[in-house]
Amino acid sequence: MSIKLDHVNYVYGQGTAYEIHALKDICLELRKGEFVGLIGHTGSGKSTLVQHLNGLVKATEGHIYFHGEDIYGAGYDMRRLRSKVGLVFQYPEHQLFEVDVLSDVCFGPKNQGLSREEAEKKAKEALTMVGLGEEFYYQSPFELSGGQKRRAAIAGVLAMEPEILVLDEPTAGLDPKGRDEILDQISLLHQEKKITIVLVSHSMEDVAKYAERIVVMNQGEVLFDDTPREVFCHYKELEQVGLAAPQVTYIMHALRERGFSVDEDATTIEEARDTILDALRSKEHN
Amino acid sequence: MKNEMVQAHGLVYEYKKYDEEGREADVTRAVDQVTLQVQKGDFVAILGHNGSGKSTLAKHMNAILTPTGGTMWVDGKDTREEAHLWEIRQSAGMVFQNPDNQIIGTIVEEDVGFGPENMGVPTKEIWERVEESLKAVNMLKYRHHSPNKLSGGQKQRVAIAGVVAMHPKCIVLDEPTAMLDPNGRKEVIRAVRALNQVEEITVILITHYMEEVIYADKVVVMDRGKVVMEGTPREIFSRVDKLKAYRLDVPQATLLAYELKKAGVDLPDGILTREELVEALCQLN
Repeated sequence: MSIKLDHVNYVYGQGTAYEIHALKDICLELRKGEFVGLIGHTGSGKSTLVQHLNGLVKATEGHIYFHGEDIYGAGYDMRRLRSKVGLVFQYPEHQLFEVDVLSDVCFGPKNQGLSREEAEKKAKEALTMVGLGEEFYYQSPFELSGGQKRRAAIAGVLAMEPEILVLDEPTAGLDPKGRDEILDQISLLHQEKKITIVLVSHSMEDVAKYAERIVVMNQGEVLFDDTPREVFCHYKELEQVGLAAPQVTYIMHALRERGFSVDEDATTIEEARDTILDALRSKEHN
Repeated sequence: MKNEMVQAHGLVYEYKKYDEEGREADVTRAVDQVTLQVQKGDFVAILGHNGSGKSTLAKHMNAILTPTGGTMWVDGKDTREEAHLWEIRQSAGMVFQNPDNQIIGTIVEEDVGFGPENMGVPTKEIWERVEESLKAVNMLKYRHHSPNKLSGGQKQRVAIAGVVAMHPKCIVLDEPTAMLDPNGRKEVIRAVRALNQVEEITVILITHYMEEVIYADKVVVMDRGKVVMEGTPREIFSRVDKLKAYRLDVPQATLLAYELKKAGVDLPDGILTREELVEALCQLN
């Protein structure tokens, strides 16, 4: 139960003067139930990569296996793949179009061939998952706040019951509370529904807080693929490729230099607090 | 009012919605009785959740919107007087969230020259202005490049240079870093601070990134169209609970200091940067 990229290469404008080798020999397996953070500077190949996952972009070379089946094989059902791998683009609220929220969220399941009734049932479940209650069903999606629109758009993908949910910067432009609400909801979906999550983000703090595994892209290649703690150990290399570590990591390293026996690899506020408290306590005892 | 770049007095703005017959169906008060002063040369940050009225307020600062009630003066001129419109738009420039929506030229230097050209600046001076503005945002070496080959942070700096070339007294930036990666954010904020400190341009920065606010002279917090907090970053960020109630956040170093204090560590109030936190913890030893 996974999606596997096997030596995937992708070249934009092959054979033209504008040829760009966007993905270089990517081998990557996303296992069922994982919460993966995908980071990389603008132009590193993240978006090209995620568009391969549901077959929107076809690899120039290499294979992609979904549940062991080659998605480029003859007669492979791409429509089914696309409903199993849900892609939430950047600014998904730009894709809202229906007269009310419920009809908008029904669009996906109706296209999958479900009846109006079944589609509505799925849509209502999806809206509940993103925290939009009945009072929103018959509102125009264009009258919602920024965060609500974004959640309605995510519900539109969830209603198709994907096994893998890929979100391309789902919190860009949201206020801090809106950001936390969306990410908490995604995290809950991950825990309760066991949906595999791929979170593309520019916020190191967010991926450190939510992801179990981080894949770092640089110039079309996978630079690191490990747990947040391990990845952010390489903060100097990350800076060289236009990224950074969470603020907390820098504080830990500075404290260590000043003689505190703190855990340098702490990446979240909670971890940092606990290790600083421990360090202070052990000092008192000495 | 000599030293005030922007002054709002009892400013009200209402968005009106009309039904199919053209009758007024609904009124949303986006800005509600805002009184605010921004001094010349200041760096002011505006915080507030989505829908709090920040962008609506910002759009009054170069007369894209004019008040429903109250008054807005920009460089001493009432924005409701149409005769002043041209001067106001020249004295206060705006930069928006998405750099792709703001760049029109096919070559970086042409894009930056568009504003001054429209103002009727003589050709020789346009080139001088293009050069100094690109230099101010550290993009001079890209002057002959095509904007669509630049990174997000570089594009946004070109957009800022385009505003700087019009020699504004004030620049209003509405979430200029929301779509950028960490490096792009850093580059843009560095450029904005340089404009404020070196060129002495008044800066009004709207953002959701609390780390970008640390260097401001003043922070204004908006909620439901009203100004609810106003003060230095240190004053504002020492009210962690209050900010959270307004759907906002504090810089990570401040949050960590706050968590440590809650756990009984004796730290001073108003820690803003990583360096300050590290220093304060070292003092404990």
